Amino acid sequence: MEKPTGEGSAASGTRRSVLEVSDLKVYYATPTGDVRACDGVTFTLYEGETLGLVGESGSGKSTATSGVLQLVSPPGRIAGGSVVMDGQDMLALDEEALRRSRWRTLSLIPQGAMNSLNPTMTISAQIRDVIETHEGRASKGEMRTRVLELFRRVGLPGRIHDMYPHELSGGMKQRVCIAMAIALDPTVIVADEATSALDVVVQRVVAQTLAKVREELGVSMIMIGHDMGLMAQMVDRIAVMYAGRIVEIAPVRRMFERPAHPYSRILIESIPSLTERRPMRVLGGITHDPRHPPPGCIFQMRCEHAMDVCRSDPPPRPQEIAPDHEVHCHLWRRDANGEFVDMRDTGEAPRTGAVTAVVARDPGDSLARADGDLVGGGSAGADPEGVGDSGIEATEGASR
Amino acid sequence: MNEPIISRPESGTDEAVRDALPTTGAPAPGRTASGESTPGAGAPGTLSGTVAVGAVHPAGAGAGDGVPSRADARAARRHARRMRRFDNPWLDPKLLWGVGILLAIIAVGLVGRYAWDTEMVYTGSAPLKLPPVGFENLRKQPGVGEHPLGTDGAVRDMLSLIIVGAPNTLFVGLVASTIGMTVGILLGFSAGFIGGRVDDVIRVFSDVMITIPPLLILVVVQASFGDVSLTLMALLIAGFVWQSPTRLIRAQVLSMRESGYVQMARLSGASTFDIMFREMMPNLVPYLFGSFIASVTTSIVTAVGLEVLGLGPQRIPTLGRTIYEAINSGALIQNLWWWWGIPTLLLGIMFIALLLINLGLDEVSNPRLRKA
Amino acid sequence: MSGNLLEIDHVSKIYGPVDSGLVALHDFSLTLPTSPASIVTIAGESGSGKSTLANLVLGFTKPTHGTIRFEGRDVGAMGKRDMKDYHRDVQAVFQDPFGSYNPFYRVGHVFDMVIRNYKLAKRPADARERVEEGLNAVGLSGDDVLRKYPHQLSGGQRQRIMMARAYLLKPKLVVADEPVSMVDASLRASILDVMMKLRDEDGISFLYVTHDLSTAYQIGDRIVLFYQGTLAESGAATEVISSPKHPYVQLLVDSVPKADPGRRWQGEVELPVEEELRTAAASGCRFHPRCPERMPRCRETLPPLYPVGAPGHEASCFLYDEKGGETRGDDGGAGADEGEALREA
Repeated sequence: MEKPTGEGSAASGTRRSVLEVSDLKVYYATPTGDVRACDGVTFTLYEGETLGLVGESGSGKSTATSGVLQLVSPPGRIAGGSVVMDGQDMLALDEEALRRSRWRTLSLIPQGAMNSLNPTMTISAQIRDVIETHEGRASKGEMRTRVLELFRRVGLPGRIHDMYPHELSGGMKQRVCIAMAIALDPTVIVADEATSALDVVVQRVVAQTLAKVREELGVSMIMIGHDMGLMAQMVDRIAVMYAGRIVEIAPVRRMFERPAHPYSRILIESIPSLTERRPMRVLGGITHDPRHPPPGCIFQMRCEHAMDVCRSDPPPRPQEIAPDHEVHCHLWRRDANGEFVDMRDTGEAPRTGAVTAVVARDPGDSLARADGDLVGGGSAGADPEGVGDSGIEATEGASR
Repeated sequence: MNEPIISRPESGTDEAVRDALPTTGAPAPGRTASGESTPGAGAPGTLSGTVAVGAVHPAGAGAGDGVPSRADARAARRHARRMRRFDNPWLDPKLLWGVGILLAIIAVGLVGRYAWDTEMVYTGSAPLKLPPVGFENLRKQPGVGEHPLGTDGAVRDMLSLIIVGAPNTLFVGLVASTIGMTVGILLGFSAGFIGGRVDDVIRVFSDVMITIPPLLILVVVQASFGDVSLTLMALLIAGFVWQSPTRLIRAQVLSMRESGYVQMARLSGASTFDIMFREMMPNLVPYLFGSFIASVTTSIVTAVGLEVLGLGPQRIPTLGRTIYEAINSGALIQNLWWWWGIPTLLLGIMFIALLLINLGLDEVSNPRLRKA
Repeated sequence: MSGNLLEIDHVSKIYGPVDSGLVALHDFSLTLPTSPASIVTIAGESGSGKSTLANLVLGFTKPTHGTIRFEGRDVGAMGKRDMKDYHRDVQAVFQDPFGSYNPFYRVGHVFDMVIRNYKLAKRPADARERVEEGLNAVGLSGDDVLRKYPHQLSGGQRQRIMMARAYLLKPKLVVADEPVSMVDASLRASILDVMMKLRDEDGISFLYVTHDLSTAYQIGDRIVLFYQGTLAESGAATEVISSPKHPYVQLLVDSVPKADPGRRWQGEVELPVEEELRTAAASGCRFHPRCPERMPRCRETLPPLYPVGAPGHEASCFLYDEKGGETRGDDGGAGADEGEALREA
């Protein structure tokens, strides 16, 4: 569902925002300091769109959503920021109001959803449970109709109505979870890795079910995942997260054609292609200690274009380099006309060679490499993942 | 093999962080089949082996202007100290208190033999039925310094009884459970690892025996033996204490057998012995400790039970025996409360110590129970 | 060296009673030449039998029918000592980068075990040297990793260390069972690169078991695709994936999400309920309940492998039986009624 991205800013009249997350911080207390799992996340979800939240392990994408859904439990806590949904400040709600609004306005398809079905209850009983908890009891006949209607919406046959979860396949269970999530007609659905444990073809079926549901109900969706290919198929806009912060948000086509942030670029370029053998990139550099992020840009230790300003100043937030396309990176600056220009294009950006690329080759070919030796005979500098001291000392309390 | 699970913490994130973050999709902190997050001795995450370096940043500490006041600095230091202790689960106060109490009892036994005249444990060595110091008995006789805990109806000194009897009780418990654990380890490993018929036999045997009430059998057995020595009683009790460790170890071995590192060991040419004792055992240690302490408790309870009924060693002073004699000699009527009361109190202290150790060990093996 | 490295000869694995149990692998054959070293991709989804094949080749389980021969020796008949020798030549890397390590020990322990049990070095200095050599081959250095505990390293590093461990014995074949599926996407290429390097520089062949066709396309030399225990299609990896012939493989390749918002999935794919509820075909072609091209004979007999174009490219599908029998279209092959699998082009 393409939303007119319009000329000008996001405040254009064609879109209404349903969820505004602003500077959300979720920290976890540990003996040696707070782990900043989510460190200042800001994004807006517009009506009817699907926003993809992409990141690898440690990026904080799941933490951000548990912050939005207020499912954070000690030793974690929401350390700052605001979550406003339909004008209502979610963080200010008390427990009772929160419970009432959950599922009705904001529902979740959790990771490993298939395993969160109660093995001792039939499918229909569980869906009835969800509905009754929020809307009160209804007659058996009404319920049955409603449940069957939900099944139809997600493409499940009526005859599984009285089956138990273990009798269904993975894809079917996942669709049951989708049915539960849409049961109360929520405004926003958060799908956390909704298709991750599924086979390729089943994944496609479930993804198509989600798309269908979206269209029929007009819900807005946040899809969390790490599979860029799937994101390309499913979402309207993508937000890329690294180490607890969003580094770029862009409409999906732009993200894949012209990713602006160095990390997004690597993510795109590390996707192995199904049509041609070409270099796959590897992210190099060293990771920082999540308790003591470095001053300046969060990505500096792994960025091949890191400059001095990156180490001292956090990137100005956010740079809207094109309509609806914002990036948090010093490589983009305004030129004399006030337009944004990429320093990599103008040749001003340094290259530190922290990232290398891997090339597929056929046996018998001489070794072909791009961008330097990845797996060489020497040890120092050859390890792209930066075993280096800082990475490991960092886990023991010292910071770089 | 399984479908991919994603969202594993990457790139040097340590155990503390992994435990802290909601590891979506990854096994929960605590024990899993693959032995993840095991705090076996010497396997430090930051939770058990960190050097807390320099400044700790407790949330919200410090004044707004960034310059910490004296009070803030002190608060930060206190917080850091508390956090550091929180780091090492082996230093948990429950564990320390529990072990401390047991050691104190043993120390009393060792030192007491030299410091006090334990000959007074035999009959006829002192005036009759004196109360502890500071109290008066029914005949208005006050306690005397020579017998600070009083004497009993057979004119034995209470303190001597404690000094000799308490270690004896502990001894029975320790011997019985050591034997029980050893048998349990052997049988549990065999059942879990070898499987098949061996597993069936051992499992049925131990499951059946669990349902048999030990006291019943032991009463019959001991009665037919007549007088028994401490060691013999310990041996008899051991016969009823090996079943739990066997089941526990069997269950753990069954789940560990399928873990990645055991498969790797097989591929690395490791022998069965290697796999059992080099790979699996170290990860079992916290469980073994816990099981051991539980066995000690059970053994002591069984031993005391037998002694209070009049069975058990007839001529060797033990706490249970003392209680038996007290009841038998009408101490309850004669208000000789110290006779049965002091041994009971001491037994209570012993059990509390064992309970504390058990709770402390629970936290060692399951990080989720530790207070945040 | 004209002998074959690995000969899998009509191997089947059935769990349970032979005539009615679960057929995890059905009558599979494969030959791997000793040289040149190659990466053979064993691809398929869950329940395809690829993990079963890995376990059979590694000797963890024995075939129900058929034999597996490694350099002429029958793997299924090996006793404990022979098996230990066998693992000098055939090693493995598994899917879970964390579970493969014993959390009680430092990372160096995995090497120590191999060196000790296979007597690779007499003195500690020699041992350290060999380990260093292995680590360098995967782009790591001993000083950086050996003293660390597994949880202190990233998933990518852990998998590379596992490769180094396999490399230590200078094996001829490494079974890599989903080595990158639990590793972050941005770090996967380093492990794939190690595999290619070991193939080229050290002559080590790989059985790369995976469900991810994209990486198979990138590094596989040959590919073998399974569906529910039977072989669907095989041939050169680039050939099979760019031009799949078996209807299942076509569906599979089409369903891999392409990282291009301009090329989204077309048409809807439905899965028939019986298929989903696992009462799938037990005879004939396993895919026929879902196949848009199915014919009556597909239900009765499992199709043999037919050549489908490029040399070495074969598919198990009657569509390619040129010699006779019914051709598609005879049986209302589109199956539009009965509400079953429909795939619009």
